[in-house]
Amino acid sequence: MPQIKLSTPLSDEVVENLRIGQKVLLNGLLYTGRDAAHKKMIELLDQGKPLPIDVKGQVIYYVGPSPAKPGQIIGSAGPTTSGRMDSYAPRLIALGLKGMIGKGKRSPEVIKAMKQHKAVYFAAVGGAAALISRSIKKCRVIAYPELGPEAIHELYVENFPVIVANDTLGGDLYEEGMKIYAVK
Amino acid sequence: MEVWVIKTVTTGEIVETVARLCMEANYYLGDDVIRAFENSLKEELSLTGKDILKQLLMNAKIAAEDQVPMCQDTGFAVVFLELGQEVRIAGGNLYDAINEGVRKGYTGGFLRKSIVDHPLNRVNTGDNTPAVIHTRVVPGDKLKITLAPKGGGSENMSALRMLKPAEGLEGVKKFVIDTVRAAGPNPCPPMVVGVGIGGTFEKCALLAKEALLRELGKPSPLPDIAAIEKELLEKINALGIGPQGLGGRTTALAVHIEIYPCHIASLPVAVNINCHAARHKEAVL
Repeated sequence: MPQIKLSTPLSDEVVENLRIGQKVLLNGLLYTGRDAAHKKMIELLDQGKPLPIDVKGQVIYYVGPSPAKPGQIIGSAGPTTSGRMDSYAPRLIALGLKGMIGKGKRSPEVIKAMKQHKAVYFAAVGGAAALISRSIKKCRVIAYPELGPEAIHELYVENFPVIVANDTLGGDLYEEGMKIYAVK
Repeated sequence: MEVWVIKTVTTGEIVETVARLCMEANYYLGDDVIRAFENSLKEELSLTGKDILKQLLMNAKIAAEDQVPMCQDTGFAVVFLELGQEVRIAGGNLYDAINEGVRKGYTGGFLRKSIVDHPLNRVNTGDNTPAVIHTRVVPGDKLKITLAPKGGGSENMSALRMLKPAEGLEGVKKFVIDTVRAAGPNPCPPMVVGVGIGGTFEKCALLAKEALLRELGKPSPLPDIAAIEKELLEKINALGIGPQGLGGRTTALAVHIEIYPCHIASLPVAVNINCHAARHKEAVL
């Protein structure tokens, strides 16, 4: 299967053309965030305050990297389980977030929000953290430094490997893939 | 007259050994797991699944070469001690030494600190302590330390059920398969499935965790249990979950079962799931 090269930020048009099962190499800026950072962002929205990042067109990567060794840009940086961000994700998608990277299934609410507001969910290979970190070329903390590995980092990536797991048509590779390979 | 030979192990040696094991367990994936990836790659039908297995082999190679953690979740430090009853610990408290070793290993080894001090208030302890320590006193004059860093993603999908004895083997098999099906992609398949059957509530959970320490794919020495392991592995791989849950035939690399006698009224079953980063390293002092 050919790999599709994409650059962030992502437009509606690009996102709408993606289909589950496609292999994608992401390039450009990604923003990291997991449970604690999402909780803080949703609290800001509840208070009517601006987010530390403009999520419009952007891609959030669910990751809490290990510390960088001297000379490393970032430590090992594989995806964490996305389901823990499900209760927060629809709010960000409604604000224009176009992509999320993580591992594991999304809730019906997140899938519905992706369909409604044109966003996709990419699966990265959980546990391939040393390999993935090689595609991260720059890294800086841009919000919540007090959260340590859970702080929001801005990453510049080159050919970051992902697979489209949920598309804008409501397709779900976790469901479809399992159906194909289950022994009847 | 009986001669008492007491072997002395110093807390200094324990600290150094634990620190080294923390790093080695996170940098170097066992040969048994690598062989299991290679075997699965030959069998896997899904092209995406094959791609993922290749990425995992490449990842293990990079982690070992660069001496970096194979996964950013470098786990809760679970420590199994087999303490020979003729060993004397000199220089301080044994458990303090284990925790000092974890502190040193996780800080010096650039491993992620993933432990919060209170399950509800949730402030990171900053050094990955405390460890979870299981101690068994055994005959002899050696101290065996096994370090098994356990990631959160797979631990979260584990489960325990107190079955009725009438539910028997079929009930056990159903619970194991239902637990794996419910876990789906979350525990980072291909997974290793540790099963405890019998004992009490807490003993059963410990059996399931100990089952994860066995060399991958080595069958139980009990022929009836080995047959159940084989059957469960086939049934789990027939679910279609596949590598990372994206579809395929490699859902589990192995099913290991440990058993223990139990109460006439009970049939406890515990399923402890491990991700493909099935990490553990040991040392004998």
